[in-house]
Amino acid sequence: NNHQCLTAHALPDKVKIVEVGPRDGLQNEKTVVPTEAKINLINMLSESGVPVIEATSFVSPKWVPQMADQVEVMKGISKKPGVSYPVLTPNLKGFEAALKAGASEVAIFGAASELFSKKNINCSVEESLQRFEEVMKAAKGAAVPVRGYVSCVVGCPYEGQVAPEKVAHVAKRLYSMGCYEISLGDTIGVGTPGSMTKMLEAVCKELPVSALAVHCHDTYGQALANILIALQMGISVVDSSVAGLGGQGISWSLVSDGPCYLHLPCVSVLSPQGVDLPKLMDAGAFICRTLNRKTSSKVAQATCKL
Amino acid sequence: IHFAVTPSRLSTMGSRAFSRSAPKLWNSLPKCKYPEFVKIVEVGPRDGLQNEKDIVPTRVKIQLIDMLSTTGLSVIEATSFVSSKWVPQMADHTDVLQGIQRVPHVRYPVLTPNMQGFQDAVAAGATEVAVFGSASETFSRKNINCSIAESMLRFEEVISAAKDRQIPVRGYVSCALGCPHEGHIEPTKVAEISKALYDMGCYEISLGDTIGVGTPSSMFKMLQKVMKDVPLSALAVHCHDTYGQALPNILTALQMGVSVVDSAVAGLGGCPYAQGSSGNVSTEDVLYMLHGMGIETGVNLDRLLEAGDFICNALGRRTNSKVAQARSGTL
Repeated sequence: NNHQCLTAHALPDKVKIVEVGPRDGLQNEKTVVPTEAKINLINMLSESGVPVIEATSFVSPKWVPQMADQVEVMKGISKKPGVSYPVLTPNLKGFEAALKAGASEVAIFGAASELFSKKNINCSVEESLQRFEEVMKAAKGAAVPVRGYVSCVVGCPYEGQVAPEKVAHVAKRLYSMGCYEISLGDTIGVGTPGSMTKMLEAVCKELPVSALAVHCHDTYGQALANILIALQMGISVVDSSVAGLGGQGISWSLVSDGPCYLHLPCVSVLSPQGVDLPKLMDAGAFICRTLNRKTSSKVAQATCKL
Repeated sequence: IHFAVTPSRLSTMGSRAFSRSAPKLWNSLPKCKYPEFVKIVEVGPRDGLQNEKDIVPTRVKIQLIDMLSTTGLSVIEATSFVSSKWVPQMADHTDVLQGIQRVPHVRYPVLTPNMQGFQDAVAAGATEVAVFGSASETFSRKNINCSIAESMLRFEEVISAAKDRQIPVRGYVSCALGCPHEGHIEPTKVAEISKALYDMGCYEISLGDTIGVGTPSSMFKMLQKVMKDVPLSALAVHCHDTYGQALPNILTALQMGVSVVDSAVAGLGGCPYAQGSSGNVSTEDVLYMLHGMGIETGVNLDRLLEAGDFICNALGRRTNSKVAQARSGTL
């Protein structure tokens, strides 16, 4: 009886939203955003109640010009007590620069696809993990928590299908290295409840579900359905991007971040301890005005009176 | 910022204990069985176009339906025999129904709000019709100018006449997950209206989230009640994507055993209650999900994308389908 199937899928009571708009979102926007606007966006997001805001990326400005002002952003934001502001650190140099700029949490990236790793960061998956060991060591020494990302978990722009066991392997490596949380990314948004289920089943065999997060891209409109599957499997951390930022300029991926609202099936979004949706939407409206683009959030579109 | 429906009226799952042993618990449960086959009811030419601002020429409507007829869809809602005074977009109902090339094994239901509409539809060659009930009293009065009870009397007439001619009738229940005027709608009310339509003789009941405010939890609660009174095999969901919730809501319905889904090519049609926002869920996006889950539909996505492309060009507007946008390289 399918009826039992749903009642048995107890949904988490509370979901932690990891807001990646200022980093993953802006990184994929064509227009370079002034530092002031980035700082303002992050400050507005801090007021909306999201507990984690990925602030910037300590990657070389040569590769990602949008993140060139990483130090100013990190130093310029008003850090709200109780909110974390992780930053990306692709290597030891980035890690050291991040610490110097005041970062107290970092993130590293592994790929579940060999080809993607080669094309994206010019080395094999294993080589990238070895690079990260250095960062992990330094982070441990500085008592800085590290979050691990796995990209291409349900599909790769070069390899096509990705084996769930490969995802589980990379996730496990990152977790064993010391990452406190592993965010599983559907980098090109090709996942569906079918492929999500298979992938999550494989990963859940190797890792505690409490250490897992999902990072779903909405390129094919599947993000919320995929997130629902993850919630039904006990995952309670969801990455998303205010106004659905991100989505232009990368020809192979047509990346579009999952929208950050809203109507999650959990009580937490609408509860007093949860996210203040109107404030979140204010932040979304602000950044869309700055970028001179329309929001990708349907909730924002629906509640906007033209 | 103005909310169409206040947050306090949005229903939630309620509190459940969060189990940290979830993986063990989950792995030992029987796996969710999804339907092997899902019937898509394509409502683009009617529900979609009805909510588009610009009047579409008759030949364009006919071409759209003809293109859709080659995709593998088995049901295409062609038009509506409603007064052209109220719905100018559907004024050419007779010409459309008579102009399309009917493909064998494809059905072309049309809306018939009353006896007049039914008679006109039959005269124009209709072989299947649909009636619209509402789970909200206020919506009924504002939308069709009569109470739910009065509308049911009208439908009884239509259904009786349809029975005489062996014409199948599909029943719609609007505002199944919320009303633009009343806000929250009780699942028991939706069940009551669904049962009434089913008992009157509708072979299928399409439960409509008219303003798209539903979420998986409200969908679950509503279906739980309705399935007590109407067999699952006779239920369909008609989800609007105004707040982006359509696919998770459809997924929830599938998990509960529903196997008929209404959708509109290119996500045609906006929402008259949330200006500037979208309405129907895109058939393309629904197909992508279903096929990705290994669920058969019989529909060819590429052919559907062509039909969507055609109508969007004709309308001079962008598609609402993310799959279409991704495939064409424009986001």
